[in-house]
Formats: sequence, C-alpha cells, structure tokens
Amino acid sequence: MTDHKTSRIYSVSHLTREIKNLLEEQFPFVWVTGEISNYAAPASGHSYFSLKDAGAVINCVMFKNQKRALKFSLENGLKIMGMARLTLYEPRGNYQLIFEHIAPEGAGALQKAFEQLKKKLGDEGLFDPVHKQPLPYLPKKISVITSGTGAAVRDIIHISLRRFPGCCLQIFPVAVQGGEARDEIVYAINTVNHLCQADVIVLARGGGSLEDLAAFNAEPVARAVFASRIPVITGIGHETDVTIADFVADVRAPTPSAAAELVLPEKTRLVRQITDMQSAVTLAMTQKLGFLHQKVDDLHSRLKSPAQVMATVRQTIETCFFRMQHALNRRMLHSKDKLSWISQAFFRETPGVSLQQRQVADLKKELAFAMKTRFEGHTNHISRAAASLTALNPTSVLDRGYSIARTIPGKNVILDAETVAVQDLVEIILSKGRILTRVEKKTDGKDHI
Amino acid sequence: MAKITFETALKQLEAIVKEMESGDLTLEQAVKKYETGIEKVRYCMQILDSKEKKITQLTRDLDGSLTEIPFEHE
Repeated sequence: MTDHKTSRIYSVSHLTREIKNLLEEQFPFVWVTGEISNYAAPASGHSYFSLKDAGAVINCVMFKNQKRALKFSLENGLKIMGMARLTLYEPRGNYQLIFEHIAPEGAGALQKAFEQLKKKLGDEGLFDPVHKQPLPYLPKKISVITSGTGAAVRDIIHISLRRFPGCCLQIFPVAVQGGEARDEIVYAINTVNHLCQADVIVLARGGGSLEDLAAFNAEPVARAVFASRIPVITGIGHETDVTIADFVADVRAPTPSAAAELVLPEKTRLVRQITDMQSAVTLAMTQKLGFLHQKVDDLHSRLKSPAQVMATVRQTIETCFFRMQHALNRRMLHSKDKLSWISQAFFRETPGVSLQQRQVADLKKELAFAMKTRFEGHTNHISRAAASLTALNPTSVLDRGYSIARTIPGKNVILDAETVAVQDLVEIILSKGRILTRVEKKTDGKDHI
Repeated sequence: MAKITFETALKQLEAIVKEMESGDLTLEQAVKKYETGIEKVRYCMQILDSKEKKITQLTRDLDGSLTEIPFEHE
C-alpha cells in the first residue's frame, strides 16, 4: 500500500496510451508468419482473424482497402506471412496486428518450383494436344484415384449414380496430401494401367492450399499421368486451382464433381436418344411400307387381265352393233314414212292418174305392136342385102382364082400397067396369102390375057 | 453382331435413321436397314441396362496383392 504514494498513478486511459506508444514505437512495421483461425468477414468488408502458432495467438485485422490487393482469399487454417503494424485498440485494451499485405507462406518458393516444372515438362511436350486421348463415350469402368474419404469421392459417386444409374466405379483410395501422396498416386495410376480393367481414370482431390496440392504438382505424378494408356481426367481443387497434373491430363475438369459429369453421359438422355431413333426408323419403315402398299394397290387396279380386256372389247363391239342396227332401223322407218307420205300426197294431188295409167298401158301395147311390125320389115330387108353383099365380097372373087395387085408403097390397086414402072415393087393379094414381086416387064394397051 | 462400342453402335443407328428418312432406299434395302437399326437399338439398350450398380474399392493386401471389395459409402 505504501508504494502507491511513491509510484506514479496512471489512469487506465493514460496507461493504455503509454503502452500503445511503446508498442508502436518499438514495432512500427513487422513481418509475421502464422496460421489463420477464427476468421470473420462481417458486412463492413474488413477481415478479423487470429494468427496463431503452437504457442501463442494474436488478434489481427485487415481492412477492406488492403484486402483488394490480395490474389487469394483468407480462410481458417491458411498459413500466411505478412507485413503489419502492431497497434493497441484502446477501448478493449487489445493489441492487434493491422495487416498491410499478406501472402500465403512459402508461396514464393512453391510457385517458383511450379513454374520451373511447368516450363520443363512443357518444353518436353508433355502438354501437347497431340498426346491428349479422347475420353470414352460411355466408359465401362471408371477408376477413381482419390482420397477414400472426404467430399471429393462422395461427390463423384453421387454425381455418377445420378447421371448413370448402374455405372461401374472403382475407387482407388490414395493419400492426396502429405509425404506419401505423391508415390501413392503414381502407384495407383500404374496399377490401374496394369490391371487394364477401367477405360478412364478420374484423378481427383478437393480444394486446398498450394502446399496441399503439392502431390499433384510433383513431377513423378505428371509423368505417370502422361504415361497412362488409359485416358486421365483431373478434377483437382477449386476452379481457380491449376496443377501440373491438370496440364498433363487428357482432360481437365475444374472440380471433382465436374470430372464426374464430363466422364459419364446422362443415361436418361441416351435412352431418350435411342428410343427417338427407334421411333424414327419404325416410322420411316411404316411410311415406306404404306407408300409401297398404296403403289402396289394402285398398279394392281391398273393391271387388266386378258379376260377383262376381251370382255371390254366384246362389249364395245356389241355396243357398236346395236347402235348400227338401231340407226339402220330408224333410217328405214323414216324412209318408209317419207315414201308413204309422198305417195299419199301424190295420189291426193292427181285423182285422174289411174285413167291416164290405162291410156299409157294401151299406148305401150300399140307401140310394141308397131315396133314389132317395123322390126320384122327391116329384118327381111337386111337379110336380102346381106345375100347380095356376100356375092359381092372380093374374097369370093379371089376364091375363084382372081388376085389383086397393089403398088408398094401406096397400096393403090393396080388397074393399068401404066401406073407402074419396071423394077417397082408390087404386092399381089391371093385367096390365101400375099406375094411381093418386082415388075420385070410390062405391056401397054387394052389387051388382058 | 461383332463387338462394337456403344458410341459406334449409336453412330451407326443415327446413320441408319438418316438414310431411312431420306427415302431413297429400295424396299429390300429399307427392310435390311430397319432390321439392322432395331438390332442396334437393342444392342445400345442392352449396354445401357446391363450395367449393375457396382462401386468397388481396390485394396492392397499385406503381401502386395490387390483385391476388389465393395466400397461402403453413405
């Protein structure tokens, strides 16, 4: 109690301010490393958390403005290194670190190793698209290399069963972080290739820090993925995490769930596709058959048997015959009518015709008698003339031994020797035949024989 | 039918559908295509349905041999 009087007495505020000054003068800027816990990010946009290590804890804050420069998100368990001001929050009497800059611890070295390996393998051609194998359209068996526990394997199983009930999954449990992870993953890839049961490998891991993903950035894993004859699809970490294994893999999915979706088609969609096509071929077939049926029916109706053709022809002939007969009958009736009509009209117009007819008949008889008498007269006359004519016929004179001489040419009957000269040709007509002679000598005068 | 992959069968089925819908086939061809098409449908559906729900886990025994056992989940 006596010390109270000799010692200076501080008010709480005063003492706190003294401590604050002391701290801030002693540690104007510090570099601190530790693990984040009790992380809270209220609506203000500032981040409040504790930084701890094995032996101690310090309250920390990072204000909104400084957070903007961060390329990663702060979360519990994240080991960081950062630059901060040490200060004391007087209302609570807490000292705290106000961070100006934070980087994941060890990020620099790991990042460098990552870039170096990426360049080396890239130069070797391990990332070349020519080496990428296509995933099977419908895998018979999928080998999943991942942690046997945790969200990744659960997500993969869940999504696989949802997309394709009855799919075949083979889980190959491996450590996905820590010292063993790298070798276990390499062993798993080689074993699945050796067994040769699966036709696709899903290499998966849930999200984590760069250190957590270290195995997937290891060269032996990259080379095992490259060497795999079975296509490999990776689903490692979150969408922003990219590992060396992702570059080498045949297909990279952003997450384990996405890998499951890429590796398996939706069964319902496939079934629908097939049933649609079944309906399409059936419809096409039915239409084709219907069309052909119709065509056959049509052609059948147009196809005529010879009997049918004959019947048609016969019918045609009969029709023509009847029409012809009918036309003829009609014509005859018409003519008969016309004739009877004309004759009736004629007799009506000439009542004295029967008398005249008698006169005509009498006249005809008289004429016939007169003609007969006349004709007989003429016949007698002609008979007499014919007898005379016969007697005068030159041929009968020739028959008695006379002949007729005629000049050649000229055909004039020679009556006088004067009419011919010596050496002239003369034709002599006898009772039978003719003689052609030449005049050798002639005598004039009236003497004959 | 020779063993072909599901994808190949599906592609063949698609080609058959297109050909049949084009309508340039003779009846014999169409019937043949139809039969083949239905065969492909059956084959595809058989592949889709034949798969039993099977999730296994590969475990390595102490002697290094691998065994496949049912995987317990959920």
